[in-house]
Amino acid sequence: MNLNATLIGESIAFFVFVVFTMKFVWPQLNGAIEERQKKIADGLAASDEAEKQLDVAKKEIANQLLEAKTQAAAIVEQAKKREAQIVEEAATKAQAENDKILAQGQAEIEAERNRVKEELRKQVSVLAIAGAEKILARSIDAQAHADILDQLVEEL
Amino acid sequence: MAANGEGLTSQGYIQHHLTHASVCNTGEGYTLASSKVCADEGAGFWSWHIDTLGWSIFLGLVFILTFRSAAKKATTGVPGKFQCFIEMIIEFVGQSVKDTYHGKSVVIAPLALTIFVWVFLMNAMDWVPVDWIATLSSLIAGESWETITSGQSGVYNKIVPTTDLNMTFGLSFGVFALMIYYSVKIKGIGGFLKELYAHPFNTPWLYWFNFILETIALVAKPVSLALRLFGNLYAGELIFVLIATIGLYQLPVHFIWAAFHLLVIPLQAFIFMMLTIVYLSMMSEKH
Repeated sequence: MNLNATLIGESIAFFVFVVFTMKFVWPQLNGAIEERQKKIADGLAASDEAEKQLDVAKKEIANQLLEAKTQAAAIVEQAKKREAQIVEEAATKAQAENDKILAQGQAEIEAERNRVKEELRKQVSVLAIAGAEKILARSIDAQAHADILDQLVEEL
Repeated sequence: MAANGEGLTSQGYIQHHLTHASVCNTGEGYTLASSKVCADEGAGFWSWHIDTLGWSIFLGLVFILTFRSAAKKATTGVPGKFQCFIEMIIEFVGQSVKDTYHGKSVVIAPLALTIFVWVFLMNAMDWVPVDWIATLSSLIAGESWETITSGQSGVYNKIVPTTDLNMTFGLSFGVFALMIYYSVKIKGIGGFLKELYAHPFNTPWLYWFNFILETIALVAKPVSLALRLFGNLYAGELIFVLIATIGLYQLPVHFIWAAFHLLVIPLQAFIFMMLTIVYLSMMSEKH
């Protein structure tokens, strides 16, 4: 138990070490720790934020997908309608054409028949006149009896 | 080295291990001597325990250089293992300060760190077997093996600085000075003095009683701080020396005692640091 000048030396050494630590050790190390803590906190916050954004993006994707599907279905539906319409139109057109051709053919046949009928009638009348002429060779004046002959032709 | 040589007694062996290497004025100017010689010559206050000074400053340098190298290389990115280890200590000390000291101070955390690591390193010298450095010093000084083993060695080297009262008082006086400084800085010189006489009984006719009570309480803080550390480490060291005198059986006993110091050494360093923070916190608060 002898206190001596060593005490003063140790006090000075203590003071010097504390000042050194205060100036060159503690601020640097503590600063590094605090900055890293901040970095980690920021990183965690950013990761949370990114997770949230990911959720939003996922929802967006689902929405867009749904929309696209709906649109595609609508387009398909429309296309089907259009197809049916085209087929319908074509059928109608074809039917009309068909009817037209048919009507035309019938008209032609009718006309031909009328013409043949006329021709026949004329020839019959000629034949009738010729027959009558032969029968009544002498007395019948073709001119005088034309109205009777015409009436005859009419009646044929 | 058990005490079984002709000239080596247990008493002499223990005495040798408790003697410092000193520098003092022995009458013919300052010379290297043992602390016993210095005391006998009446060298008084102006003598120096050079082993305490040397080891404590060496360990202090180990502390600041280790931590300085970590501080220089400190990265805010992914730290290496060395940096992690240093940061663990920094955070431990920083947390202790934050939990106890609520004021703002740039001194207290580095102070606590210095105390904790420095005291720990000085205490840790207790783990070095008691004869290693002492014997090595004698051999380096040129003493023969016979001289050393027969108890005639005149070379002293006490390697645990905290077993020297000068060391522990050196620390606690530093802390005491800071306590006074903070008290005066925060409460003013009047506030500081008022706490000495107007507390706990705030009636003028009891001021003299308060003053005695508070002064004792104030002075008891650094004294108990120093004596606690000194007492624990001195007793531990003394028992290491005692164990070394029992011969071959010292090995298991020494192991047990050294293992027990796994607890004592960090604990005493921690207590010294913690009490420093508590005292400074008490002095910084207004009552």
